[in-house]
Amino acid sequence: MNDLAPAPHRKARIATASLAGCFGCHMAILDIDERLIDLMKLVDVDRSPLTDKKRFTDRCDIGIIEGGCCNEENVHVLHDFRRNCDVLIALGQCAIMGGLPAMRNAIMHSDAPLRECLDEAYITGKYIRNTTHQVPNDPALPLLLDEVYPCAQVVEIDFQIPGCAPSGDIIFDTLAKLLNGKFRGFEPEMIKFD
Amino acid sequence: MDNGQEHTNGIKAPSCDLDPASATVIAEICQRFDNDKHRMLDILRAVQDRYRWIAPATMNKIAEATDLTRIEVEGVASFYSFLSLTPKGRVTIRLCDDIVDRYSDLKGVTAAFEEVLGIKVGETSADGAFSLEVTPCIGMCDQAPAAMINDIVLTGLTPETARSAAEALQSGTAPETLVSDRFNHLSPHERALRQVDNNIRHAGECLLGPVPEDAGLVKALSMTPVQIVNQVEASGLRGCGGAGFTTGRKWRFAASETAEKHFIICNADEGEPGTFKDRVLLTERPHLLIEGMTIAARAVGAKEGILYLRGEYVYLRELIEQVLEDRRSRGLLGSDIMGKKGFTFDIRLQLGAGAYICGEEGALISSCEGLSGEPKTRPPFPVNRGYLGYPTVVNNVETFCHAARILDKGAAWFHDMGTDGSHGTKLFSVSGDCLNPGIYELPYGHTMWELLEIVGGEDATAVQVGGPSGAMIARDSFHRKLTFDDLATGGAIIVFNGERNILEIVEYYMSFFVHESCGYCTPCRVGNVFLQKAIQKFQKGLANPEDIDYLKDLSGTIIETSRCGLGMTSPNPILSTLQNFPLVYSAVVKPSQDGIRATFDIQSAIESARKIAKRRSYIFDRDFSQ
Amino acid sequence: MSDNRRESSFVFTIDGVEVKAFSGQTIMEAADEAGVYIPRLCDHEGLRHQGSCRVCTVKAGGRSVAACTQPASPGQSVDNETASLTKMRRDLVEMLFHEGNHLCPICEASGNCELQAMAYRLDMTEATRFPYLEPCRALDASHPDIALDTNRCISCGRCIRASQDVDGKGVFGYVGRGIHRRVAVNGENLADTDAEAADHAMSSEVCPVGCIIRKRVGFVTPIGEREFDKGLIGHEIEEKRK
Repeated sequence: MNDLAPAPHRKARIATASLAGCFGCHMAILDIDERLIDLMKLVDVDRSPLTDKKRFTDRCDIGIIEGGCCNEENVHVLHDFRRNCDVLIALGQCAIMGGLPAMRNAIMHSDAPLRECLDEAYITGKYIRNTTHQVPNDPALPLLLDEVYPCAQVVEIDFQIPGCAPSGDIIFDTLAKLLNGKFRGFEPEMIKFD
Repeated sequence: MDNGQEHTNGIKAPSCDLDPASATVIAEICQRFDNDKHRMLDILRAVQDRYRWIAPATMNKIAEATDLTRIEVEGVASFYSFLSLTPKGRVTIRLCDDIVDRYSDLKGVTAAFEEVLGIKVGETSADGAFSLEVTPCIGMCDQAPAAMINDIVLTGLTPETARSAAEALQSGTAPETLVSDRFNHLSPHERALRQVDNNIRHAGECLLGPVPEDAGLVKALSMTPVQIVNQVEASGLRGCGGAGFTTGRKWRFAASETAEKHFIICNADEGEPGTFKDRVLLTERPHLLIEGMTIAARAVGAKEGILYLRGEYVYLRELIEQVLEDRRSRGLLGSDIMGKKGFTFDIRLQLGAGAYICGEEGALISSCEGLSGEPKTRPPFPVNRGYLGYPTVVNNVETFCHAARILDKGAAWFHDMGTDGSHGTKLFSVSGDCLNPGIYELPYGHTMWELLEIVGGEDATAVQVGGPSGAMIARDSFHRKLTFDDLATGGAIIVFNGERNILEIVEYYMSFFVHESCGYCTPCRVGNVFLQKAIQKFQKGLANPEDIDYLKDLSGTIIETSRCGLGMTSPNPILSTLQNFPLVYSAVVKPSQDGIRATFDIQSAIESARKIAKRRSYIFDRDFSQ
Repeated sequence: MSDNRRESSFVFTIDGVEVKAFSGQTIMEAADEAGVYIPRLCDHEGLRHQGSCRVCTVKAGGRSVAACTQPASPGQSVDNETASLTKMRRDLVEMLFHEGNHLCPICEASGNCELQAMAYRLDMTEATRFPYLEPCRALDASHPDIALDTNRCISCGRCIRASQDVDGKGVFGYVGRGIHRRVAVNGENLADTDAEAADHAMSSEVCPVGCIIRKRVGFVTPIGEREFDKGLIGHEIEEKRK
């Protein structure tokens, strides 16, 4: 708790989003446990799956992004966050380097990589049980990107919190230090890419 | 593990059994080189010439004969550009893809070959008759565009001459017949001159003017080895390949090593784009070169020498073999040279196979030893432990030629020419946007302005001094002097006029280093790829102001951590243009808008999904009606 | 240690710390004995020095050299953990990450991986400026006991030297040039070679990453008990000094 300064005159506004990830990083935010109560004295949560707010109600101090970009909607949300947040944090390996979804990047080297990938996933794959024999194509589905992009390739990212998922400790520690202006990087022992 | 890939993809690897006839041929080839693993490059070259590729079964057979593992053979075979692990055409056409060629309508020449032969660059025709490739600088920048047709060189090509050459080849004409109907009746020297012009524009006092035959060697034989080394050292001669190490000191270090054997190696692997001076010395002064090597042998006590000729100069092989044979028959090579009892020295010609890195001293020695052209860990230095672990002197062609002249005319004669610290004359290979590209032998110390006046390149806006690993200078530096201490160069002077795009030139040079890095160390192998990609960002107008710092930063890491001279100089095209042409970079950078990266192009990222889903984007396409 | 060797000993400094060395020792060998850790990836105890990863770059006498191959010299002052050297080493480690396909969350070497551990030690946590090369590399699962996932190979060549010099086999070797230079096997695939699971080259200590995988033992060590869960890479050497 020592890292938390007394509540400033204005609470910081925070927004979060989950892009191409597993939502594990958001779950990890809950691993902050009882310290969440102290944290909430310092911040208001704006747009976030945690508040279920779908739009920004005000400009935010910090935006926290989980997941990389695998489809156009991810890009759209990330652009929106970059425009509405002073500081953007990539939380976890997917946001930082693409993570599991980016596994598809390295296998996509044919002339029509995306088509091959979808065919394998929905039609030709050995263990597929897809009674429609179609690749899903509802108009509500966002278009996929040609590959999965880490956040820093789409917008400028100010900080990264590594981990898959990051521990509650590193998330709390980093946020607390950022909020009181004391963040000077991580202790090497806290850094984990898994 | 690229060879494992074939298996897992279910593609059957070519048969591992050789037919008996081929097995005999391979065995004979290996036998010709005493089944010696150190002659691996010769063996593989011979197999490549015979079969047009190095098949897996062949590698097994060679490994067996030379007592190596198959992977060791494959390591060498897969390293050199002129060796191939897939079948090539009976005639392989290698178009010289240097920036100077690109500015001399290489595009038109390429199109002519592609159209007539019906294949694209990188392809082999279905009937196995032709392969069309591009290769970095083959040392013909003064007569670009140029091409190698198997072992034959064509120069000064135009789309028209390229077309008629391609048509002749298509109709079955042998490559050498393209040079002359009477090719077989010509002497090796005539053959070389029919293929490549010397373009000697200015002959200096040392090398290209009149040179008395073996006068230096006669004098050397009347001196002690120590006296020879002293004289070379007193002359102030420094290595002419680019690094500029004092030749006399190099010889002294090697001579002072006690060892069973010493070796003399001539580095005729001039691969620095824009350099072609050694080509001319090898054509016009081969005896002087061998004389210089013989003197060096006398000085350090070597009995064996190697002349490492770059694979691109294979058209000079016969000429050099003939010179060596001639000198052997006249008692100028072999035992008791010039009647001097106990003075024995002979030279073998080692041909390279398309690897710029082999111009690096250690890599050159590795290549002579039958290995991949990878630089060696220093220390030990070659003068202490070089070829096969023996003390070895490696000098450039021009350096040996100078040494022979110094022995004849004396150290003072040489020392008086040039400037303080840069003595004697230097051969400059001048190419690019000037009236008279070619070879200029001039004393050290001329300014760039003076040189440009001599060559007819006064309207130059940029000059690449010393090739890509040197520096690109602007008009405000043309007052600087061509010396080791100011504008150092191994000889390459490439002139660019105001119509040339600096970023295009820089990108080309980075692609060159990416192609030619041996891959041994991380910074050079990976870092140069990143630098090339970063320059492409500038070319596309997608770079941020911060990207300029990124270029400097990454260059710094590559220079500081690379293992050999290639990586230590490969960022020079970028760093020297950042310094001398800063506007070229700052003019194209744009600060990013709202922190959104311009390099990420959403339209191209969703293009394939649009096609698959057969619909447009609700988010990024404004007009849904179409 | 022979008397001869003892006689030829001398002292030099690394980051101001006095280190004793013997004639012929490399900077890294002397540093290891003295309990000063110099980061390295391609170098490994018991194997020939190669000097290819360049992570051990130090400043000796003002020049950048690879500590694993550079002989120590008397009185020399060597810089090791300076800000600029750490930055360059981080660049090199990041280059290796971007050259291959290194997806830590799915890799069974995670927690035991020297590349990953080096990234921790060198604080590779800022948003990258390097592009990802995302090569398409094959998986070789032909051998009954060993699999090769070359997506994770960092071309350190430790397996090549271990197989050649320790096992006396030559299962691995380098092929290709430049960015295409790769470690390959002596045959069509690994099953085609005389590789055995008991080879030193196949042991978990030789491959620093998750490229050479022994089948049926993946993920046996729980998180928290893996090698680099216990401490930063190099801590064992550094503890010699404490």
